[in-house]
Amino acid sequence: MFDFGANAWMVDKVLIATWETIYMVAISTFLSYVVGLPLGIILVTTSEGHILENKRFNQVLGSIVNAVRSIPFIIFLILIIPLTRLIVGTSIGTIASIVPLTLAAIPFVARLVETSLKEIEWGLVEAALSMGANAWQVISKVLLPEAMPSLNLGVAITTINLVGYSAMAGIVGGGGLGTLAYYYGYQRYENGIMWITVIVLVVLVQLVQMLGDTLAAKISNRRR
Amino acid sequence: MIEVKNLTKIFNTVNQEIVALDDVSLHVEKGEIFGIIGLSGAGKSTLIRCINMLEKPTKGSVVIDGIEITTLEPQDLRSARQKIGMIFQHFNLLSSRTVFDNVIFPLEIAGVPKKEAGKRVEELLDLVGLSDRAKSYPSQLSGGQKQRVGIARALANSPKILLSDEATSALDPQTTRSILDLLKDINHRYNLTILLITHDMNVIKETCDRVAVIDDSRIVEVGRVINIFSNPQTATSRSFIGNIINREISDQLLQRPAEQASGIITRVIRVSFIGESAGKPLISSMIKKFDMDANILYGNIDRIKDTPFGYLTLELTGAPDQVAEGLDYLSGHGLEVEAIDNV
Ligand SMILES: Nc1ncnc2c1ncn2[C@@H]1O[C@H](COP(=O)(O)OP(=O)(O)O)[C@@H](O)[C@H]1O
Ligand SMILES: [Mg+2]
Repeated sequence: MFDFGANAWMVDKVLIATWETIYMVAISTFLSYVVGLPLGIILVTTSEGHILENKRFNQVLGSIVNAVRSIPFIIFLILIIPLTRLIVGTSIGTIASIVPLTLAAIPFVARLVETSLKEIEWGLVEAALSMGANAWQVISKVLLPEAMPSLNLGVAITTINLVGYSAMAGIVGGGGLGTLAYYYGYQRYENGIMWITVIVLVVLVQLVQMLGDTLAAKISNRRR
Repeated sequence: MIEVKNLTKIFNTVNQEIVALDDVSLHVEKGEIFGIIGLSGAGKSTLIRCINMLEKPTKGSVVIDGIEITTLEPQDLRSARQKIGMIFQHFNLLSSRTVFDNVIFPLEIAGVPKKEAGKRVEELLDLVGLSDRAKSYPSQLSGGQKQRVGIARALANSPKILLSDEATSALDPQTTRSILDLLKDINHRYNLTILLITHDMNVIKETCDRVAVIDDSRIVEVGRVINIFSNPQTATSRSFIGNIINREISDQLLQRPAEQASGIITRVIRVSFIGESAGKPLISSMIKKFDMDANILYGNIDRIKDTPFGYLTLELTGAPDQVAEGLDYLSGHGLEVEAIDNV
């Protein structure tokens, strides 16, 4: 069991699976921000008393976001298989996993962004308005730059969550470390590979968190 | 320059209606420093925020330089706001930007070309004495320096009006003085109209030409600062002045002597000196002219903006007609005379 041939084969498998996970998570994180960031901005700016106040719209959007967030990911994953097939042509593999990962992360990202932007002192928005800024200028020149350290931490949290979700997706054939652990660890009782998977996941999460912390600290320190 | 007419602002909160401004009217001349003083919650911030429409009035009108501002379309309101600078108690500087970039911010908003804007920022930083801190972040500055950045930023688009919402209330007295001096300097240099609100009568005394006293959502008194100091009409004004100048005389001093020769009376009066009359020896010439005794109970000399100003509380003893003529003599020479013994 521990001969070099088998080990090299195993290392290969783990490397490929790790790459798949990174690839899946990176693309889903990116795509979920493409949609989630604007959504978060809209959630904040349409809230009561804010620059684009629209109470009805805000309530409806908020409810949709909450509804999607309340579905457990493992159920969500199965629920949207038809949609995944429609978009990717299959519901199996790394590319197919990106669909549920992204869709599940969007409302999460929207709320994270909302929280970050809400922390910005209202006085800063008012100062910009008093200079004649329009809504877009308030968003791009005040809200986003001021919230940058906090938004950065949000990206780290989202990525870490998606690493976990991607492992779940792996169990239903989503590829990456999840699939590896499931096939070899669970179905074939190869505990070694299961443990290696766990270690790789832990290292990945640590790296992402460190990167996020460092970036946020760097921005804050520059301003300090 | 600023004409506020019948301004009313009602806040509708969940469980009550709050009348923050009740039929307020106000006129501010071009080039003057106009102060609004009132206790916390009186409605000062609401009033100043209605002038650049950060708060939408419930009723009434605000005309700035001939333009009715309450009915402007969003686009026009934004252009109008570029010509109304504002500074804040907590500075409201962007922590994500350096001093230079904070000051250039309103120019970015107005779409001024970068090169021109950069030159303007350098002028402004020079004006407020912070050229050497251009690359610093706000968190690296003291409160006074932050407010200087705030002032430079507010002046970037060469506004016609500067609104100041408690701009010195977070600063120590010495820094407050230097910021007020800067405001006066700017007012002189550019003939800039400044409307400032404060709860501190010292700020009014040092900077303002005229003042409105606001109490419980209404303006209760308006006038030249010097007149409000020498002759306050309302209890609110008196208490604000009392905070910085001791006008009250203890009851003991007001007690009249029990025995008095017949045909002789004693009056206690307060004389206010304003401007040049403060320099003339009017009291001593009155004593000589009308043959009476004067006993000084309390005295105080101060400055209001650039005008000398003082109080003197006197006890006058003499023949009734002589004393009466003496008082007329003082009033006739431009002194504010007030009997405070309630005879
Ligand atoms: N956005 C608001 N919503 C409800 N009430 C408000 C709001 N802003 C101010 N008020 C109320 O209006 C009154 C005047 O407030 P303000 O103008 O801030 O007073 P000041 O600046 O003189 O301290 C206060 O009673 C305050 O609670
Ligand atoms: Mg206030």
